[in-house]
Amino acid sequence: MTAMLQVDDLRQEFRIGGSMLDRMRFTDGRLRFPDRRVQAVNGVSFAIERGEVLALVGESGCGKSTVAKTIARIYRPSGGSIRIDGEDISRHGVREMLPVRAKMQMIFQDPFASLNPRQRVRDIVAEPLLEQTKGRAARREVADKTLALLARVGLNTEHAGRYPHQFSGGQRQRIGIARALSVNPGLIIADEPVSALDVSIQAQILNLMMDLRDEFGLAYLFISHDLAVVHHIADRIGVMYLGFLVETAPRDRLFSAPRHPYTRALLSAAPSIEKTRPREEIELSGEVPSALDLPSGCCFRTRCPLAFERCKVERPTLRDTGGGQQVACHLVDEPERDIQ
Amino acid sequence: MANDMTVADALLSVEDLRTWFHTFSGTVKAVNGVSFSLKPGEIMGLVGESGGGKSVVGFSILGLIDPPGRIEGGRILFNGEDLVTAGEPRLRQIRGRDIAMVFQDPMTSLNPLRTVGEQMDEMLRLHTELDARARRERCIRMLEDVGISRAAERLASYPHQFSGGMRQRVVIAIAMLAEPKLVIADEPTTALDVTIQAQILKLMRHQIREHGASMVLVTHDLAVVSEMADHITVLYCGKVVERGPTDDVIRRPAHPYTRGLIDSIPNPEHRTARLSQIPGAVPDIRKLPKGCTFRERCPRAAAICAQSEPALTLAGERAFACHFPLQEGEIR
Repeated sequence: MTAMLQVDDLRQEFRIGGSMLDRMRFTDGRLRFPDRRVQAVNGVSFAIERGEVLALVGESGCGKSTVAKTIARIYRPSGGSIRIDGEDISRHGVREMLPVRAKMQMIFQDPFASLNPRQRVRDIVAEPLLEQTKGRAARREVADKTLALLARVGLNTEHAGRYPHQFSGGQRQRIGIARALSVNPGLIIADEPVSALDVSIQAQILNLMMDLRDEFGLAYLFISHDLAVVHHIADRIGVMYLGFLVETAPRDRLFSAPRHPYTRALLSAAPSIEKTRPREEIELSGEVPSALDLPSGCCFRTRCPLAFERCKVERPTLRDTGGGQQVACHLVDEPERDIQ
Repeated sequence: MANDMTVADALLSVEDLRTWFHTFSGTVKAVNGVSFSLKPGEIMGLVGESGGGKSVVGFSILGLIDPPGRIEGGRILFNGEDLVTAGEPRLRQIRGRDIAMVFQDPMTSLNPLRTVGEQMDEMLRLHTELDARARRERCIRMLEDVGISRAAERLASYPHQFSGGMRQRVVIAIAMLAEPKLVIADEPTTALDVTIQAQILKLMRHQIREHGASMVLVTHDLAVVSEMADHITVLYCGKVVERGPTDDVIRRPAHPYTRGLIDSIPNPEHRTARLSQIPGAVPDIRKLPKGCTFRERCPRAAAICAQSEPALTLAGERAFACHFPLQEGEIR
């Protein structure tokens, strides 16, 4: 059976450097306009099965949101392939994407910016459905479905005629979820869907997302920086750093036996109200290097307390270490160098 | 007296503080009767969700409430002096020297047009008698203390040349320069990544302990508070709902709101299929329900909760405002 989503060697780079005047340089007696490139995603591969929740975690600038937006084809990938239900969409144009969007929808982080302030809630929720049927769907049918969806995500029918500003952050996120569900997608890409919400509201939205997954057999690509949230919702977790996937593992394995030094550092840095967990296993100094100028060899070596010579010259690739876990680290070959 | 401690013990004692905002759509009682006190050397966490009033408490202490906001009542005793009636000239002396502030966003709290060195120097020029050379040395030492290498060179850098984590280090360095007795930190790590957050929290704890200062840590993040604070004060709709030593409150919350907050946080140690959630949302603060403000979301609410507002009840070091507080071992 084909996977719901299969991503192979996904790459995304962005040209920066401003206007032509900013970039203008005289070199070798000729006028040139060199640009600089941010390597945001550097060869990421993973698959999501039907009904599965894969979470991508990492710190700001690690490329997790870029991966989400590239898969949703908000960006055109610089390289690699994206298969939705077996169909490669990496080169699709806007028109070819339309039928794909019935299989894949997105929920955004900011519930204020992701809803059109001039549209009523019923029109916001109905829009993907009308788009899919080119407006031919019976009005009555669409209206009924919209109301049913609003009820399903915990809003009232009288909310349908209101505008987004009349709702709180949590309610707006519910509207965004109803809109995504309207076309019965198999995959929902959720980019930090609860990061902007207060903790009590965050729990409501996470519960709703889990219920909907069970009810509709949804698969999620869940992007988050919050390890506790990810542990709650994900079946499998991928850890990203500087545009590389450095480790993936089933949830429990990642939390109980993380292998990559960055994963271990992330886990020990996360504050917790439980003080039972052994802490400060790996502590990081310094900050993430610039994606304009990636380090040679391993992307993490500049902050890794365990880095050695080989990390400078050879870039580690993801390798199976058993139990569904994959790690991109030279320590897998040379475990005697590890601190344990 | 709302505290079980005498005023003389306390560095800071906030008593029945009321800070209201008079807007066209009604009076917003953002802080409506908040009391707590802080001993020298203590870190107090002020927690709650958006709209709880926690930031306004911080701004009130520093006298940074602008119209339409006004402190309508209560006292803020700092070393025995009431800051509410102190007046702006006196507050200008106190701000920076005795009470420093660390804000959430290090980009907007630094002046983008002036070098880090100039901004640090200003603090010492205003609040100390040191000459230029001594001030420069002090600035360099302080930057090194907060973990910024090549400190002498970095004094000439502008804020935009630093990353977010480095900027927050600079802000902390500026706050600690005049050796304040009290630091008010408003969500100091909310804008930072988790590995940087861990570095900054460690640094702040070290700096506070090193200088024997006290801190009011304003945050929405119970996990951060539980790692940093000695005491915790939980706010809901502008009122204190619970207060006490941090470990005690987190392990045995008495107020259903505190319990709900703790249970809403996904906990990797005890994963459950569903998170326990607090139903509904924070009510509109201009139209608060009669009685207990939490009752519409509370699993324990009864008839009396709609009629009378529970007063803050003291029990040893703990205090809570609830008609039906949770007993030890009770889940909800």
